[in-house]
Amino acid sequence: MSTQSMHIDAYERNWMIFGIVMLALFAAAVSVAAFGMGIQVPAPEQRVDPRTVATDPNSPWSNPGLREIAPGKYDAYILARAIPKWEYLPNEMTVPAGSTVSFYVTSADVQHGFKIQDTNANFMVLPGQVSKLTITFDKPGTYNFICTEYCGSGHGVMYGAIIVTP
Amino acid sequence: MTQYQLSTGEKKFIGWHLLAAILAFAVGSFFGPLQAFEHAGWDLYPYLKPLIKSYYQGLTIHGVLNALVWTTFFIMGFLTFNVIFGLKRPLKNMTLNKVGFWMMVVGVLTAAVPILANEATVLFTFYPPLKANPFFYIGLTLVVVGSWVEGWGFFMTYAAWRKEHPNERTPFIAFGSLVTTLLWQICTLGVAVEILTMLLPWSLGLIEGVDPQLARTYFWFTGHPLVYFWLLPAYISWYAMLPKQAGGGKMFSDSLARLAFWLFLVLSTPLGFHHQYVDPGVPPVWKFIHAMLTFSVFFPSLMTAFTVIASLEYAGRKQGGTGTLRWIGKLNWSNPSVAAQLLAGILFFFGGIGGLANASYNVNLVLHNTAFVPGHFHLTVATAVTLSFMGISYWLVPYLTGKKLWQPKWATIQAWVWFIGMIIFSNSMHVLGLLGAPRRVPLGLAPYIPAEWNSRLFQVGVGGAILFVSGVLYLVVMYKTATNKQTVESEVEVPIAEAMQDPALSPVWLDRWSPWVYGALALIVIVYGPQLFDMIKNIALTSPGFRVW
Repeated sequence: MSTQSMHIDAYERNWMIFGIVMLALFAAAVSVAAFGMGIQVPAPEQRVDPRTVATDPNSPWSNPGLREIAPGKYDAYILARAIPKWEYLPNEMTVPAGSTVSFYVTSADVQHGFKIQDTNANFMVLPGQVSKLTITFDKPGTYNFICTEYCGSGHGVMYGAIIVTP
Repeated sequence: MTQYQLSTGEKKFIGWHLLAAILAFAVGSFFGPLQAFEHAGWDLYPYLKPLIKSYYQGLTIHGVLNALVWTTFFIMGFLTFNVIFGLKRPLKNMTLNKVGFWMMVVGVLTAAVPILANEATVLFTFYPPLKANPFFYIGLTLVVVGSWVEGWGFFMTYAAWRKEHPNERTPFIAFGSLVTTLLWQICTLGVAVEILTMLLPWSLGLIEGVDPQLARTYFWFTGHPLVYFWLLPAYISWYAMLPKQAGGGKMFSDSLARLAFWLFLVLSTPLGFHHQYVDPGVPPVWKFIHAMLTFSVFFPSLMTAFTVIASLEYAGRKQGGTGTLRWIGKLNWSNPSVAAQLLAGILFFFGGIGGLANASYNVNLVLHNTAFVPGHFHLTVATAVTLSFMGISYWLVPYLTGKKLWQPKWATIQAWVWFIGMIIFSNSMHVLGLLGAPRRVPLGLAPYIPAEWNSRLFQVGVGGAILFVSGVLYLVVMYKTATNKQTVESEVEVPIAEAMQDPALSPVWLDRWSPWVYGALALIVIVYGPQLFDMIKNIALTSPGFRVW
């Protein structure tokens, strides 16, 4: 029937076009940041068995800590856990300014989070999965990393620090 | 012209929904301010020790009762009203809807026992391998299935109406309610699969472990469309009721309003990975695709903003309002139902902007699981939705009970107090999040708080205190109304803003279900199917349960 048609007011049409353009610009901005500037979100890294990840001698998380793999380049294997207490192992690491650190974090029990203050490092830590992000520390200082997912009564005291020396 | 009348039984049935919703709000809202006070350094939890064991038990109660129970019961009640009043016919099978309602009630009570016994302090996201008592999961399942059963009752009623009126356009409030119901039925499949295939058998000891990454994926399949399930009933009121209440306005564009609802049905489920941007087990390509779809679901909200504001402007000018913005003052602000919904809409603007920030893929690296997130959803679910529902109840409760609204002036004050309290609360939460403060932490006790957070933490407490006053005021107004000796002189008029253009002239495809439903399902299969298939194929049920609270 010819009388049935979509009636769209001119102002409303302009608003809808404005909305689409605005959303397209936002999408373009995050795309440039992701693919042009390389600000990326975590990707699947490795799966592990949470029941043995802390004890199996072949697992890097049976001996968590910082390993220098090349001058100024580090791998940090960090274990998050709620049992016997809420903590990261290790909970303190020291690197010189200008170091690039790749964090490999997993959980021995429940879900945790891992957010390094004043950086873009912020991800979930799940049992069975390894979360990885790489950060370059240019400015000296103490960077707290804190748990950002509820993991039981001690969630609020679970944190550690990266000390970047001059 | 006299309006369609609901029977006393129908009114009572809807009233039961509202009563359950408001009771849940009352208990849950007692705990909200306790979290805020804790942040400000006024920790009252030690005084509650015999009853409530921890901050986290309180947070679980607040989240479950306010975000899940208050909303779901209010919505099912409001949608029941909309279906009956909109279609101008009784429910096809009232018994079925009653069964659904009582399943929801039994579900809430079943889940309440372990929550109050501190056996389910897993927050309202219940991420495994935190393992709650099985009755927690059984209770949640009953609530969801009960809401499905009520929804089936709506669909049967619609089918019967359609047979009686083969060529009519579905009246808008019924149309919106049916789309909301269908959206809910599709999206809750995620959490249903999560509970029935993993969490429940695991908590009963039938399987040894769960796959936490897969569980999160199922959860967020439901978790984002859940917010549209909360929001769309408020939109129904903003589109089709508020303009009338605000000054005899009409709905500016009926066909675009319908298109917006269809877009919500199609777009609100296939984007759940935007809650999982920083999950280790989801490939970035899918996260990116879901990010783009998240931007697209913002579009129907932009359409809603235009139509609602245009409809309100029409109302304001009809009342003699002039100028670019001065017509706003001519809206019926002294009506508490109007004031509450207008204020809810104003704060929703900022909720929408914060939501865009959360949705912006790598920007989320700065915001994920910070206080920004609860700051955001207290503007959306706790204001746009909750304050609108309060506003709706200011006419709906008198309508259902035949009692006069007690002290409309106090009801109006209640809305303003909520508005002010929420500005203070949510602004400080947003700022704290940008400074790096995590969510879900008793920040008053956290050992890593820099001094610069302290003034904001204090504001969180102040905002919480103001919101508490408003919540109590709402409960007083509701109680005094329900027990009011003064009855309404004549039946309360249901506010319905008619469309400016006769809906019969809108395109037929806006009243056809199958293309939209198939489209919604196809999009879900395309953007969730491959990754879900991969995760299920590689499922690792390796996580035993923990009770670490």
